[in-house]
Amino acid sequence: MIAVRDQRDKTAFAQLFDFYAPRLKAMAVRTGMRSDEAEDIVQEVLLTAWRKAAQFDPERAQVSSWIYQIARNRQVDLVRKERRPVPEELKLPDADDEDANQVLGLEQETSQLKAALSTLSEDQRIVVEKAYLGELSHSEIRDVTGLPLGTIKSRIRLGLERLRHELKELR
Amino acid sequence: MSDIKHHIPENLIAAYASGALGHHFALVVATHVSMCTQCRAALAAHETIGGLVLEDLDAQPVSMGVKSNLMAQLDAPIEVEPAPKRMGAYPGPVMGALGGDVPKWRSLGFGSKQSILHNDATGSVRLLFIPPGQAMPDHGHNGLELTLVLQGSFHDEDGAFGVGDVEVADEDVEHTPIAGNGPPCICLAATDAPLRFSGLVPRILQPLFRI
Repeated sequence: MIAVRDQRDKTAFAQLFDFYAPRLKAMAVRTGMRSDEAEDIVQEVLLTAWRKAAQFDPERAQVSSWIYQIARNRQVDLVRKERRPVPEELKLPDADDEDANQVLGLEQETSQLKAALSTLSEDQRIVVEKAYLGELSHSEIRDVTGLPLGTIKSRIRLGLERLRHELKELR
Repeated sequence: MSDIKHHIPENLIAAYASGALGHHFALVVATHVSMCTQCRAALAAHETIGGLVLEDLDAQPVSMGVKSNLMAQLDAPIEVEPAPKRMGAYPGPVMGALGGDVPKWRSLGFGSKQSILHNDATGSVRLLFIPPGQAMPDHGHNGLELTLVLQGSFHDEDGAFGVGDVEVADEDVEHTPIAGNGPPCICLAATDAPLRFSGLVPRILQPLFRI
């Protein structure tokens, strides 16, 4: 993704496509779309990822969560036929100022989160999947937020929060 | 920015991340996140889980043409719509809902005003403008209601709410928010019940000099 962002590397982008396109398609099909409609979404989402690559900040997001976010925005726009309200973008740090420790920290915490996800029971895993694919209402999600992912998720949150405070002081 | 003490509940942030949250609440969440470091980080944490869920989905084969079609579009000129920018007390998402324009206020009497941003069968979201010391107009909420302070402050039985704070009230909550002294209180308020226009008579002056 960094190569896509900094060098506009199409080969790297093709690799992203190979990994994410089939998964994005699966995500769209889950919402009841026909295969060809789902593929349209896949194209739109990945084209957006290419075009907005300059906004990708590995200190704050994993590639997967960044693409997830673009996909959810697109899906909501389509269902509602209007723009989903999205938060203001933060200013990005200069690429030179990118803090390798922060990037690494987020990566490590994400893999811990991934490990935690894999220890969930099948039932819990299904609920998490439903929740993050938009199939549960906010009242139904209340039960999910109590799952044993909480601790690691909080660590990610606190890490990001710390980063924000530092960014604020830089500005 | 003032210290934000009242945040968006975790389940609403998760529902926003997943796209399941209705438009009206989504606007409040996006606006609060624009103002609140803590909730921005919480949202990012949920999106991290979302990303892992995406990675983990069973891949579905994509038709041959999709990739070449997409690769062929990479060099096409880009028309990116600029994101709506904050204006005064109104963060970007609110400016987006206002279509980049200033709010069109309608009087509710006694100096209070509202500007409805969106109202349909699934709920409503609007801006409220309450002069210092005045009570919020009675807006009898049926479901959940989120009220985010954009300017000034208000207080009620549940505490004091300043810029960036969100009050979360369900139908059981009986409260009479009163705007604080200082600048007029401007709030972004969303409910998951449609507005009852007939019921929009301001609750008269009960609060004015009650203390």
